[in-house]
Amino acid sequence: MMSKIISFISGIIFGVGLSVSNMINPEKVLGFLDLFGQWDPSLIFVMMGAIIVSAPVFFLFRNKNKPLFADNFAIPTRKSIDKNLIIGSGTFGIGWGMVGFCPGPAISSLALLNTYSVFFVLSMLGGFLLTKLVDRIIIPTQ
Amino acid sequence: MNIVNFTPQSAFFGGIIIGLAVIIFFIGNGRLAGVSGIVNDTLVSKQNRTDNFLFIVGLVLGPIFYAFFTKINIPFLITSSLPIIISAGFLVGIGTKIGRGCTSGHGICGISLLSPRSIIATIIFMITAIITVKLIG
Repeated sequence: MMSKIISFISGIIFGVGLSVSNMINPEKVLGFLDLFGQWDPSLIFVMMGAIIVSAPVFFLFRNKNKPLFADNFAIPTRKSIDKNLIIGSGTFGIGWGMVGFCPGPAISSLALLNTYSVFFVLSMLGGFLLTKLVDRIIIPTQ
Repeated sequence: MNIVNFTPQSAFFGGIIIGLAVIIFFIGNGRLAGVSGIVNDTLVSKQNRTDNFLFIVGLVLGPIFYAFFTKINIPFLITSSLPIIISAGFLVGIGTKIGRGCTSGHGICGISLLSPRSIIATIIFMITAIITVKLIG
């Protein structure tokens, strides 16, 4: 029960943060990505604000035994800089630059009842499912 | 390069709030608040499905609460055409799934953990995004 409350509250706070910083707004994000034109450095400050808060907490808690409401900390253990990381991130960046939406703001912006947000999110879900399908065909499980 | 529309205070303050969400999720549930992973898992995995779904519901409620309590109209503008939006959504879905993370998972959580994978991922998606804006902007 507590883990569900934590998830819900974390989501709300995350959405408030995206609203306060206006990262929910694709136009604002595109301003940051327009490095060689009319540049708006705000996104860097958002990342700095978030990292300043989370980095010390990760550092202090990651070697503790247990989180409050789960059995263990789930931190990715993968270390290799592989082809998937590079190709995937590169592909994500192209999509991000086309509209100014990444997953968090896109989902959060559904609150604003904009039809384009809905289309973006549905396409993104389509991308997840397509990748899973292709993955299954290339690497059949068992 | 001209610097325009720069809002360092609200950006930094909003970032701190996002950081709070990340640490609450981490200390409470032991997980990283990477939105692409959470959304993807809700779709394809039974594990923690209710938790993941509630995080997403919260993410949508956040702006509603913010706008309601502050009486601020959240600035929001999409100028892209529908075909571009649909293509971009697909690329974001495919890319974050293959690259295992987005701006929150790699850019905030991964960098906070000083993960070399996430640092590289963030540099790469920023570069391809900036090039894309340069080419189509």
